[in-house]
Amino acid sequence: MTATPEQTEAARRGAFSSRRVFILAAIGSAVGLGNIWRFPYVAYENGGGAFILPYLIALLTAGIPFLFLDYALGHRNRGSAPLSFARLRKGTEFLGWWQVGICAIIAIYYAAIIGWSMRYMFFSVDKAWGSDPEKFFGGEFLSAADPSAGVTFDFVPGILVPLLVVWVVVIAIMALGVQKGVGATSVIFIPVLLLAFVALVVQALLLPGATEGLNALFTPNWSALKDTAVWAAAFGQIFFSLSIGFGIMITYSSYVGRRTDMTGSGLVVGFANSGFELLCGIGVFSALGFMAQASGVQVGDVASGGIGLAFIAFPAIISQAPAGGLIGVLFFASLILAGLTSLVSILEVVISAVRDKFEMSRVGATAVVALPIAVVSVLLFSTTSALTVLDIMDNFINKFGILLVAVVSMLVIAWALRALPALARHLNRYGSIPVRGWWVALISVVTPAVLALILVKELRDTAAETYGGYPDWMVAVFGWGVAAAVVVVGVLVTLVRWRPDTPLTVPEDETDPTALEVAR
Amino acid sequence: MNAPAIVMMLVAMLVLWGGLAVAIVNVSRSDRGEVAEAHRDL
Repeated sequence: MTATPEQTEAARRGAFSSRRVFILAAIGSAVGLGNIWRFPYVAYENGGGAFILPYLIALLTAGIPFLFLDYALGHRNRGSAPLSFARLRKGTEFLGWWQVGICAIIAIYYAAIIGWSMRYMFFSVDKAWGSDPEKFFGGEFLSAADPSAGVTFDFVPGILVPLLVVWVVVIAIMALGVQKGVGATSVIFIPVLLLAFVALVVQALLLPGATEGLNALFTPNWSALKDTAVWAAAFGQIFFSLSIGFGIMITYSSYVGRRTDMTGSGLVVGFANSGFELLCGIGVFSALGFMAQASGVQVGDVASGGIGLAFIAFPAIISQAPAGGLIGVLFFASLILAGLTSLVSILEVVISAVRDKFEMSRVGATAVVALPIAVVSVLLFSTTSALTVLDIMDNFINKFGILLVAVVSMLVIAWALRALPALARHLNRYGSIPVRGWWVALISVVTPAVLALILVKELRDTAAETYGGYPDWMVAVFGWGVAAAVVVVGVLVTLVRWRPDTPLTVPEDETDPTALEVAR
Repeated sequence: MNAPAIVMMLVAMLVLWGGLAVAIVNVSRSDRGEVAEAHRDL
């Protein structure tokens, strides 16, 4: 029996076995560290209960429409980010490589945080941080050098070993392929993550003072809605949380069947991600309420986000709470699971692009991509300067990498190529949510305008003072330099010719007339 | 918990978790006979 073009393509590139696996993989990518340690604090800082209004508007007017755009690009053009852009119009391929470069950079430091979480899961059992978690984190655990010392190569065994373990696990997953590696990881990890976090939330809600934490999180401050910064925070949270605009969703959607309902799937992914964020808010602020009561202070005095929440505030909670060890294991296990599924998706963007461009085998591409990234990751993030480099890279690649490429690619697709009507027709062929003029308006005007405003504000704030008070040269190299390098490398890779077996026309689909549009 | 906080928490739960439930029902209904094909992965 002759294989159909779709079967041939699936055999060549890899594919998810079903829509369910695709949805779980997309949720696994979207649900990451930011859901657990960023959303609760952002919501608390920006109006508490009132934040739900801008947050929901941002989800419906920017997050989900942008998710649809990524899905349309990958699903219609059947390729990694660079191939999908090249098939849209040859000259836009660099946008895909720019996204690939961003993913490679994020993977370098993301693995380090998962490694730290791994150590802290075990620390939770005997509360190894003692009476001062802050001193323990920067001192005994990271042996953090003063930023003025620059980049050091003083390796810290306590962070080197877990980082190596993370990379061994992740490389094994990537080598297994799209279905058996990426897909299977999400199918197993996402339900386990949900169970672990629900157990954590239940445990946190039983703590004395939990209601005070929930009061702090949900009491609405309606006057905050007059502040444009609150709306920017809502759009920023949705944007960074959904894994949109930097190649992941383009890559994943190229692995699902042509008749898959992409808009219906996108709605599930969008609401699952936000629903999990709400769960995180409840769990984290219940625990912070306990900590505030135990310390005799206001919740606002102990509320924090990011690394401070995970590795300083939570250990303090774990030390004082009844069944604190269990809370600690559940919390850090959740960080590991959420982090791993996201790291896998980030690496898949790079591996998929290299496979498409150079027609490499799965294992070969995994070796060529993941091994060098792992080496750089280990060199930079298992030393005493890890925290400084991580903070700078994370800040700059998010703001002047992800945010910038998202705005540029949306403007190019909407205004230079005028591709949105064709992409909308593609989504509508099998989509259960009709995509019409409202989507085109949101993607071509509203979303890029809001993201551009956030970008300008970030640019102004960052230019006003040296980021974090770090040495200028470190900010120049690991901040601005890295953000610029991914653009330059992206343009250079574009100069390499595609192999003859990878046509830049949209793969034949006799049912899809939009395949003949745009690329001409 | 104070009443406004309870109301906002319930609203957030209803909208986000309710929205997820509706989205799952919607995508289940839109299943166009897509079978769980086993693709060979290189």
